[in-house]
Amino acid sequence: MKVLVAVKRVIDYNVKVRVKADNTGVELANVKMSMNPFDEICVEEAVRMKEAGTAEEVVAVSIGVPQAQETIRTALAMGADRGIHVEAEQGIEPLAVAKLFKAIVDKEQPGLVILGKQAIDDDSSQTGQMLAALLGWPQATFVSKLELAAGGLTATREVDGGLETIKLALPAIVTTDLRLNEPRYATLPNIMKAKKKPLDSMSPADLGVDVGARLTVVKVEDPPARDAGVKVADVAELVDKLKNEAKVI
Amino acid sequence: MGVLVIAEHDNAALNAATLHAVTAAQALGGDITVLVAGSGSGAVADAAAKVAGVANVLHADDAALANGLAENVAPVIAKLAPDYSHTLATHTTFGRNVMPRAAALLDVQQISDISEVVSPDTFVRPIYAGNAIATVQTSDAVKLVTVRATAFEAAAAEGGSASVSAVEAAGDSGLSSFVGQALSSSERPELTSARIVISGGRGMQSGDNFALLEQIADLLGAAVGASRAAVDAGFAPNDYQVGQTGKVVAPDCYIAVGISGAIQHLAGMKDSKVIVAINKDEDAPIFQVADYGLVADLFQAVPALAKELKKQGTA
Repeated sequence: MKVLVAVKRVIDYNVKVRVKADNTGVELANVKMSMNPFDEICVEEAVRMKEAGTAEEVVAVSIGVPQAQETIRTALAMGADRGIHVEAEQGIEPLAVAKLFKAIVDKEQPGLVILGKQAIDDDSSQTGQMLAALLGWPQATFVSKLELAAGGLTATREVDGGLETIKLALPAIVTTDLRLNEPRYATLPNIMKAKKKPLDSMSPADLGVDVGARLTVVKVEDPPARDAGVKVADVAELVDKLKNEAKVI
Repeated sequence: MGVLVIAEHDNAALNAATLHAVTAAQALGGDITVLVAGSGSGAVADAAAKVAGVANVLHADDAALANGLAENVAPVIAKLAPDYSHTLATHTTFGRNVMPRAAALLDVQQISDISEVVSPDTFVRPIYAGNAIATVQTSDAVKLVTVRATAFEAAAAEGGSASVSAVEAAGDSGLSSFVGQALSSSERPELTSARIVISGGRGMQSGDNFALLEQIADLLGAAVGASRAAVDAGFAPNDYQVGQTGKVVAPDCYIAVGISGAIQHLAGMKDSKVIVAINKDEDAPIFQVADYGLVADLFQAVPALAKELKKQGTA
């Protein structure tokens, strides 16, 4: 089985995001960019499937600016076999991304596509579900455990009330939650080897997909600031303040 | 045109999360219709009909809809949505699973996790885990939106008298099936709707020590939460997790115990009305957002807090 994994280039999760002074977006210049953390989990899961013999090939796909190829190289260094980059502008919307992925799936015919449950930039949590709809495939979202069985897979999903287990027919879409696995670090020899792995680049037009935006960003602002309050001396003062000043207990 | 709200439920009771989506729907104007898609879910349809402000309830009842599988629920939503100006669901794991699937079936770019309605086509939503707030305008004629529950008050569960009418389900896709669930059972209030939340972090040192927090929770009628660090360390189950990748809460009072205040945790609780931090490290970032900070060893402070609450008869 061939496995496709989605990898997105986003601001590194340790970086404090800053809103641009003109309120058109967030500052991306000279900011450390990394693979979306949920996508690292996708790559890890697919590479483990290859190591276990259940996947023959792992293809890492990224949609985005030219530097997204660096993110694909990271996936290749983790163990993916080859990469596909579709060049697109920063801020391309989930529906357009799902359409591009559908076009790639139609060409590549994978048995499984693994995506992150959300990207930590726009936090939409849509692309995997949209891709599943466009393909008419089943979906297992927010997955913390994945088992392949004959002709299908069993997935444990993290839902608000606890855990839920579902069975899907293959081919299928899976989106990853944090506890699915712990992604490996790419070693230096593997980073060197990754430079020689094949990486195709194409445009949305090559795939025949219209990626026109449906949304206009009117403005991006800082969240309302929260001022630090007071330090209390002991528990008695804390309870007194909560009771008589804040009136919350 | 009116607004369609997708009910979240377990076939027996309407989930309170839906009441917040009803309030968001009221901000859009027009009649509000609630869709209850389930199996043996008549009680939910009746409950939805009683919600203040709801004009109609559509009830799709079919065995294929019993467990909220996206493959079977999304086509029902996609068939109905074009008759409404907006279709709303709460941005819970249910809404996040089902709504984008329906949106793609309709060729609509969904707008996720809105915190404010500016106008019928313009919405405010947090991005980068709430570190930036975006205002976006959509050009889609049919609008699918998920709603951040904590940003909208709950509509009153009683006071409405909507009519209930049956609608057809879309059958079983045959692509997926429900195996089972392991839901956490607790006498305490649900994390996302609790008035008071007490959460523990890595400083708790072990899962057993969460009993300290549970004691306070029971005295205050609070829910218990945890930071990602505590969940990753195995101190608490995943459904306790508050943060960017867990649950977003905004209670009247949030008590953070042994939590340093990583960006991703703050993203899940900084809209709480009053924040209390108990941490022995006075430089912990959590103190920068706390209204009341207590620099103390939690293993002394929390038992002392329990004693003080008992003494004052707060319980």
